[in-house]
Amino acid sequence: MLEVKGIDNGIVIDHIGSGKGIKIFNLLFASTETPVVLLMNVKSQLLGSKDIIKVENVYEVDLDLLGLIDPKITVNVIKDGKLSSKTRATIPTTIKGGMKCHNPRCITHSDDYAIPEFTLIKANGKLEYECSFCEEITIYKL
Amino acid sequence: MRHLIEPEDLTLEEIEHLVATGMDIFNNPSNYSEVCKGKILASLFFEPSTRTKFSFDSAMMRLGGNVIGFADAETSSTKKGESLADTIRVMGYYSDIIVMRHPKEGAPKLASQYSSIPVINGGDGGHQHPTQTLTDLITIKRFKGEIGKHSVAFCGDLKYGRTVHSLIRTLARFGTKEFILVSPEELKLPESLKRQLVEKYGVELTEVLYLEEVIDKIDILYMTRIQKERFFNEADYLKLKDSFMLNRDKLKEAKPDMIIMHPLPRVNEIAYDVDDDSRAVYFEQSEMGVYIRMALITKLLEVGPYARG
Repeated sequence: MLEVKGIDNGIVIDHIGSGKGIKIFNLLFASTETPVVLLMNVKSQLLGSKDIIKVENVYEVDLDLLGLIDPKITVNVIKDGKLSSKTRATIPTTIKGGMKCHNPRCITHSDDYAIPEFTLIKANGKLEYECSFCEEITIYKL
Repeated sequence: MRHLIEPEDLTLEEIEHLVATGMDIFNNPSNYSEVCKGKILASLFFEPSTRTKFSFDSAMMRLGGNVIGFADAETSSTKKGESLADTIRVMGYYSDIIVMRHPKEGAPKLASQYSSIPVINGGDGGHQHPTQTLTDLITIKRFKGEIGKHSVAFCGDLKYGRTVHSLIRTLARFGTKEFILVSPEELKLPESLKRQLVEKYGVELTEVLYLEEVIDKIDILYMTRIQKERFFNEADYLKLKDSFMLNRDKLKEAKPDMIIMHPLPRVNEIAYDVDDDSRAVYFEQSEMGVYIRMALITKLLEVGPYARG
């Protein structure tokens, strides 16, 4: 079995659904200069198989963004070789910017002042967000 | 300062009070002929409108106020590339209240965020048209006495019709428990709205394809225009269009005190021979639009019956 050494200082993003690790890597760590390891298709009792990302010397990560990709993700902070904290990714209840409204007639597509703001209305399976301007539902897709 | 962007911006008590004020203005117009003296309404129509624009203009003039504005974005600085926020900011210096229509959905909400004076949504794309809903409610009040106590049928384009969505939600808030929906398969009420009506308000929805099946059960019949381009092909349109047309013959089985409403413009969904029927109130509905808009302007400007202190 492939083995990767643990880290002494940094974060371990665990319980990433198989295949989603590369998305997180590309979004958050593709241009980082710190050492990063992406493990794919690791055996997991909970998920069958999972992806893991280990990042050295970084202690913070966008939990909302991780939650949008996979709400089952956990983030372990390691300090001096010991587990310092364990946090679960969160699904943001509101998103401002960073997502486009699904409705082509929405003012947010044609006016720079209108920054799209979304409120989570359903997180069961699909993440459905309502636009604060036109009230149309946009399903979050990465 | 208050804006009216969607009907939910007003509580049921506020809507009832506005309707009562509108009825009082209708009955005693001279009492209100100077309550907006010295006030200016900015009428900003970024897309054309007949009834909404002129009823607002008329409402402000009947209250003794003045109106400035444009009826087409081509004649405003928008054509030069000015942002909506900048137009709205400036209008705050030139006027006391704004009514706007805009083709983009959510534009009035954006305007309200940059406005120093009240903004009224006069229609934003297929999204909201709250003063049409208020117009419908005052019409129901005038002809049926009460709001929320009747069997209401909507006929025609229930998928894209913003007036239908807005009115049906507001009537459900008022306690209407029974709606009859008459539309072709392609133009049914959206599932999300149906779900909301059933789950949130516990209403009963009956969906049928032919008006004749239900006409004898209806207290208020709300007709809407079906546009040919909504159909996949012309053959379907031709086959179905008669099912959603109202004529004298179909009215034979209707209740004698049923009322027929329509937000106008109509094309051919109500035959001209229905106009003389005492149950047809769609022209009076347009008339009531002026009185409810007068009431709304006084409320948002806090003058007349809504003056503070």
